[in-house]
Amino acid sequence: MTEHRRSLASPSEEKPGLLGRRRVLGYLIAAPTLAVGVSWLVNDSDPRPADAAVPSLAQPADVFDLGDLQNLAAAPTSGLITVELRTDGTAHFAVPRAEVGQGITTAFAMIVAEELDLPIEKVEISLADARPELLMNQLTGGSNSMRSMYVPVRTAAAITRQRLIEVAALQWGVAVDKVTAAAGVLTGPNGLTATYGALATAAAVTKTVKVAAQLKAKADFKVLGKPHNRVDAHAIVTGRKQFAMDLHVKGAKPTMVARPPTINGTLRGINNLAALRALPGVTDVVGITHGVAIRADTFGQCIDAIQKVDATWGPGTVDDESDATVLKKLRAAQLPMAVPPLLAQTIDAEFVFAFASNSPLEPDCAIADVRADSAEIWSSLKVPIVAQEDIAKQLGLPVDAVKVHVVQGGGSFGRHLFHDVAAEAAEISQKMGKPVKLSWSRTDNFRQGRTHPMSTSRVRVNYAAGNVISYEQRHTSVQTDFGHGLGEMLTAYAADLPIAGNLSFAESIFELTQTSPYNFGVTTQLLNEVPLKFNTGSMRNIYSPNVVCAEELMVDQLAAKMGQDPVRFRRSFLKDQRLLAVLDKAAEVGNWGKAMPKGTAQGIGVHSEYRAAVATLVEIDCRPATVDRPLPVEGVTGPRVTKAVIVVDPGFCINPKGLEAQMFGGLQDAIALALTSSLHIKDGIPLEGSWDNYFYTREWNSPLDVQVVIMPNTSDSPSGAGELAVAPAFAAVACAYARATGTLPKYFPINHGTLGFEPLPVQPSTPQSPTDGLDHTF
Amino acid sequence: MPTHTFKLNGKQISVDAEDSVRLLWVLRDLLGVTGPKYGCALNVCKACTSHINGKAFNPCSVPVKDVSSSDEITTIEGLPDTVGKDLHPMQEAWLEYDVAQCGYCQPGQIMAAVAKVKQVRAEGREITDADLDELRNICRCGTYTRIREAVKAGAEHMGA
Repeated sequence: MTEHRRSLASPSEEKPGLLGRRRVLGYLIAAPTLAVGVSWLVNDSDPRPADAAVPSLAQPADVFDLGDLQNLAAAPTSGLITVELRTDGTAHFAVPRAEVGQGITTAFAMIVAEELDLPIEKVEISLADARPELLMNQLTGGSNSMRSMYVPVRTAAAITRQRLIEVAALQWGVAVDKVTAAAGVLTGPNGLTATYGALATAAAVTKTVKVAAQLKAKADFKVLGKPHNRVDAHAIVTGRKQFAMDLHVKGAKPTMVARPPTINGTLRGINNLAALRALPGVTDVVGITHGVAIRADTFGQCIDAIQKVDATWGPGTVDDESDATVLKKLRAAQLPMAVPPLLAQTIDAEFVFAFASNSPLEPDCAIADVRADSAEIWSSLKVPIVAQEDIAKQLGLPVDAVKVHVVQGGGSFGRHLFHDVAAEAAEISQKMGKPVKLSWSRTDNFRQGRTHPMSTSRVRVNYAAGNVISYEQRHTSVQTDFGHGLGEMLTAYAADLPIAGNLSFAESIFELTQTSPYNFGVTTQLLNEVPLKFNTGSMRNIYSPNVVCAEELMVDQLAAKMGQDPVRFRRSFLKDQRLLAVLDKAAEVGNWGKAMPKGTAQGIGVHSEYRAAVATLVEIDCRPATVDRPLPVEGVTGPRVTKAVIVVDPGFCINPKGLEAQMFGGLQDAIALALTSSLHIKDGIPLEGSWDNYFYTREWNSPLDVQVVIMPNTSDSPSGAGELAVAPAFAAVACAYARATGTLPKYFPINHGTLGFEPLPVQPSTPQSPTDGLDHTF
Repeated sequence: MPTHTFKLNGKQISVDAEDSVRLLWVLRDLLGVTGPKYGCALNVCKACTSHINGKAFNPCSVPVKDVSSSDEITTIEGLPDTVGKDLHPMQEAWLEYDVAQCGYCQPGQIMAAVAKVKQVRAEGREITDADLDELRNICRCGTYTRIREAVKAGAEHMGA
């Protein structure tokens, strides 16, 4: 690998006259039709280690070097990502990532289409099965997919194109520079033409060889940077897009689980097993670690059977915990401030962020077919390698006997970093000896599924004479589980990295993602965690939404104390020119400072992460007539964000439409986090059991006026986008609320103190479906 | 086991199922019609929204016995046929505005949007933001802004 790096760096290998074009390396792989492979390591698109975050992914070479290189040595192409050209002229790329709505399949199709000069309709992107040899390069997280794969995928496509040109030139007996490639067709002198498909076999090699090619110059891009619709849009709007629950796997009948009344409770015994097995449609009932699994002809009959389960349950892992007890433990664990409030004026504040659910709309679902000597799994998995390893261990099978297929997910938001549902499906299939299609119920998803844990952020700022002297933030959280692969992989493959146990790993993640963008003198932002046994995990943007919300609220407080306008204050103290640029643009487009009626206000938040910069300006209406507005439908109202302007500097923008979509989504998440959505923990379980309890933003709470401004490219490399918009929008909504009401909000979401619904019973764990649907037609 | 018959996406079909099984599972698990999605089975998320005799409803909350042989059930799969085209104007609008992200809620969103437009048309008016505020369908990806744009555009191309 070091050899490759040296050759890359060697200026003598750059051809003259091709400035602006980058030379890259890959392999022509022995295959029946043209196949090109590229190593992640050679063409690192994102070599700067500065904000490595979850993305230690930016430096995988170290891990490879420290890891077991024997496989790589034995099979030099095993760890490659591969683009194949078929005889029908289509290019295929099985991306080792999960598509969960963030749009990477579209972006990768655009990248291949660009460098290969192939119409995008002829590019087919699928999701790769678990590929253990890729090690940590098969983890979808940290908004890293584009950052890590932009150059490698372009490289594979560029080599494919170059090889086609070479083969056409050879067949026609003309010089390579007489052959051009466009729209999937090669053209030579005197009317010679050939489709890519016609040359796919001739271009194949019988022995794998290393080759070099050149990437297109940015100025020549025809696809990248132009708006493109999702490649799966047609399948979606016609109902043909298949999620795990839509797959037909022979014998995999609907399966659900009756669960204990508290988080992680265990099954002691089933008291009416025979009666359950005799219920209509039910084929199998078995006890599993955390419940009673029921397999039936329909999911409806699983739900029916859950109503009848009589089981004895053991205690859960947090039975004595409620919101108040957790908050007390967090406060007891807050790290002390370092700078005493001396010789300066001080602002001290504490912000509390409730538990929040990262559940997507698609309930967790997995198909498992476990046999005596093998197993096959289908599920939306962002870290399929870890799922494969864990499930193999759980089943007592060798890793290579477990096949793990990655299915497109109906959202993720952090949920699919873990494979809980796949592991449970495997457990059930093994115990029943039959294939199962396991779906968690909606209520399971909220009550037993993973949560973004409660946290507090204490902030102390000291200021004097127009300057901020110190900024200290102490974030204290219930332990976030990062055991979805990064921790294990780093430990397994790089034992000498400074990672010892989950706590320090979480602290590492925190330190690698959280930075204050302001010149505030002595600045420290620290994390402490309380190891409670909740089922936790990251949620879109991990720590940033809460940390940035607290910081930006304090920035507004500082500005007010110093008698400055919030935007002007930020201009004075921001360090980063890109942040300054997006701030100015947002203030301009959003008409910052305009006169607003009492009870309404603007708010602004800025944030830099994933090598991008965002400023979000919102307007909020907190007047009683709006807060208490009657809805023709049942639902929570509260203050309404009426307008939002999001200005984003994405480095290099691959697909403006996709980027805009991610900004929209982040905004709606932020509105929910600030105003309406949280879990209330009571006696060891969340009270929320449906989407009418967990108030994610609905149409009636979404702003009518949303504008996304994409700044001109500031880089050749794309930044991360999937999680980018949440934190600054959360901050903007909170700041706007504070300005509109004249009250600093300190507990989020602001409606958490009022339970706006009648909780579903905790048993049965999944409620029966209504029967009055025909009374609600429209 | 009782046999139930009704019109599904233009065809009269029969299916054997216990009376109480909700129509969603009859469609998905017994008939293999997977356009209507399972999001809650509580008539809350609206991901399974389909049409019964042209009106929006949620099959997760209707026992199959309540559907009579003359009832016409339309799922997203059958929507284009209701206008005799490859795609319904609302689906075209969804493509034009590139509404979807993960796509899980979108079949239900489209079915709800079509019914909502028809409902306000029956009241002799065009769709407004206040009408759109009444749509309960959750989009956890947060595509609401584009949904609003697409419904208004789709409505313009829908017949009366």
